[in-house]
Amino acid sequence: MSVLLDVKNLRTHFHTHRGLVKAVDGVSFHINEKEIVGLVGESGCGKSVSMLSVMQLIAIPPGKIVSGSAMFDGHDLLKYKPKGDEMRAIRGAKIAMIFQEPMTSLNPVLTIARQVTETLELHLKMDTQTARKRAVELLKLVGIPEAESRLDNYPHQFSGGMRQRVMIAIALSCNPKILIADEPTTAVDVTTQAQLLELMQEMVNRFNTSLVIVTHNLGVVARYADRIYVMYAGRIVESGLSEDIFLRPLHPYTIGLLKSVPQLGQTKSDRELVPISGLPPNLIDMPQNCAFLPRCSYHKERCRLEPWPELHAVGAQHYVSCYVDTRETS
Amino acid sequence: MNAHQNNNLIEIKNLKMYFPITKGLLRRKVGDVKAVDDISFDIKQNETLGLVGESGCGKTTTGRCILRLYQPTSGSIVFNGTDISSIPEKQVRPLRRHMGAIFQDPYGSLNPRQSARTIAGMPLIVHHMIDKKDLDDKVAELFNLVGLDSSMMDRVPHEFSGGQRQRLGIARALACNPSLIVCDEPISALDVSIQAQIINLLEKLQKSLGLTYLFIAHDLSVVQHISDRVAVMYLGRIVEIANSKELYQSPLHPYTKALLSAVPVPNPVRERERVRIVLKGEVPSPAHPPTGCHFHPRCSIASAECEEFIPPLNTISGTHQVSCLKV
Ligand SMILES: Nc1ncnc2c1ncn2[C@@H]1O[C@H](COP(=O)(O)OP(=O)(O)OP(=O)(O)O)[C@@H](O)[C@H]1O
Ligand SMILES: Nc1ncnc2c1ncn2[C@@H]1O[C@H](COP(=O)(O)OP(=O)(O)OP(=O)(O)O)[C@@H](O)[C@H]1O
Ligand SMILES: [Mg+2]
Ligand SMILES: [Mg+2]
Repeated sequence: MSVLLDVKNLRTHFHTHRGLVKAVDGVSFHINEKEIVGLVGESGCGKSVSMLSVMQLIAIPPGKIVSGSAMFDGHDLLKYKPKGDEMRAIRGAKIAMIFQEPMTSLNPVLTIARQVTETLELHLKMDTQTARKRAVELLKLVGIPEAESRLDNYPHQFSGGMRQRVMIAIALSCNPKILIADEPTTAVDVTTQAQLLELMQEMVNRFNTSLVIVTHNLGVVARYADRIYVMYAGRIVESGLSEDIFLRPLHPYTIGLLKSVPQLGQTKSDRELVPISGLPPNLIDMPQNCAFLPRCSYHKERCRLEPWPELHAVGAQHYVSCYVDTRETS
Repeated sequence: MNAHQNNNLIEIKNLKMYFPITKGLLRRKVGDVKAVDDISFDIKQNETLGLVGESGCGKTTTGRCILRLYQPTSGSIVFNGTDISSIPEKQVRPLRRHMGAIFQDPYGSLNPRQSARTIAGMPLIVHHMIDKKDLDDKVAELFNLVGLDSSMMDRVPHEFSGGQRQRLGIARALACNPSLIVCDEPISALDVSIQAQIINLLEKLQKSLGLTYLFIAHDLSVVQHISDRVAVMYLGRIVEIANSKELYQSPLHPYTKALLSAVPVPNPVRERERVRIVLKGEVPSPAHPPTGCHFHPRCSIASAECEEFIPPLNTISGTHQVSCLKV
């Protein structure tokens, strides 16, 4: 399996009037060929900023990529100018992105046709006629009924689920190497979510694309992801194969999350939920030591005294950032 | 009907809530949004009834009818022995103190300029249930009950975290010692790690105060966890009601089956064994619902009769009802 994208020690900070927000603070991850990777974590932990940093879509200022590299096709993307031609040739073409709320990422004043053909004309240099033909094919592929007659509709004439399908069509139109789907289904219903996730899985299989699913919903990635990264307060705290994360979780945060979510088929009489105490931290002026410490029921003296631990290997592909061996404690 | 005989706190029969669709300057009525279209169910004392279904299926409308924030188009709502569906607002008001409500967006439902003390104590003041001098003590008691520090009483909503705001909303709902609480998506806006805190709080309060809940949410795993029984809604109608366990183990309605199969489970081994039923198309508009069974255009087992006849909610066993001609 070859590595397509290799991100190392990424740090993205925001200078706000309330202080320095270390939104992403030393994140490393990689995406293999034809792999589905999940990035999970709670609101504000830095998932979107990580992805946007790689694509160089961070607003500077207030943001700044303080350190890191993102190797793709033998080049470090973070060395490119954010608005330069090299980055433009990657963004949307080699690495495509789907955002949470498709109403904000589709332009409301342009027809669906225009938005699909735009990418095709820009990146694949198709003429208008060919692009339009291809657009119909793509919309059919993602399951838009009567695609031809709906091509000249505007986004508001589509439902949330259909707009998300259009986004998937646009994202796949240039046959990207990697598709990053940032909370692709948060705004839609669960049966629509199932439709979209199945569609994305089918599409990336067909096009040999790697897929990154960014979500706060652990369940969503359990079915689809080969590998998972768990993020907390700007860091990756655990990563591993899907089975590692769900069946043999080691970081206290991962363990806590799994114990706190209800599972379909279990009622309150079968299993009590064990909440994680306390609140997620705000990322301003964070202490040096582990950010999960105030909520951690496993912590030891060492966690207080030493800086946040680096990720270390605990299995073939399983990494965890914790001083405590939670297997011994439990 | 006497509530004490059958232990039902709420009895709903043939409830309909239609919103008129108007057109033009004269606001001529051209149709109806059939938000709730002939539903019936009971909630027993001390029970949690879950109400699930996808966006726009009529869950909130059902809850608002029960709270009599809407005057239903037709049908009856018996609350603790009294039919409240069509009595005048003046007579509803004294009954409302027996009902509390918790909403999805704790921020939107709390007055941003009021102190937490005023917010939690307001229902008591409105219902003349307290002397001004006792307010602080009572609010402190409520704060204690929901796990808020009483030193936070002078704060305004934005000075609380999301989870704390929801606790404040729960304190307000509890102020008048209600018997019923309508919980409308009470945890959907919260961080994952905070949701369990609120679920457990609601369960604890139910036990200690003998509360009855209507628990509305679109997340079936949450609803199933907290509810004794679950009602599944589709496009204004209830398609199935069953015990929480039974609904999961032996769902009967094709929509329930699809809904269950779509809910993600945080376990890759279980996930790979599950068959996902992917529904075709999308939910039609409640302004133009399909004829017969509302689900028929998306149903894999529908036949001609399903287009024609509205299936009644049939009782399969004491705790299981389903509305499908094919069952
Ligand atoms: N433009 C900005 N200015 C200041 N702070 C920012 C900015 N963008 C993001 N942040 C902060 O960076 C942190 C990480 O944000 P990010 O959007 O990556 O979170 P996330 O994990 O994607 O959360 P969600 O699940 O809510 O989408 C947050 O604390 C956020 O407030
Ligand atoms: N006051 C109103 N006037 C007109 N139509 C309404 C009104 N309230 C609700 N509706 C319509 O009634 C239908 C049911 O809405 P309701 O809010 O009860 O759904 P819901 O199941 O709570 O959905 P959600 O999960 O999105 O909260 C929807 O089509 C909605 O647009
Ligand atoms: Mg995000
Ligand atoms: Mg609602």
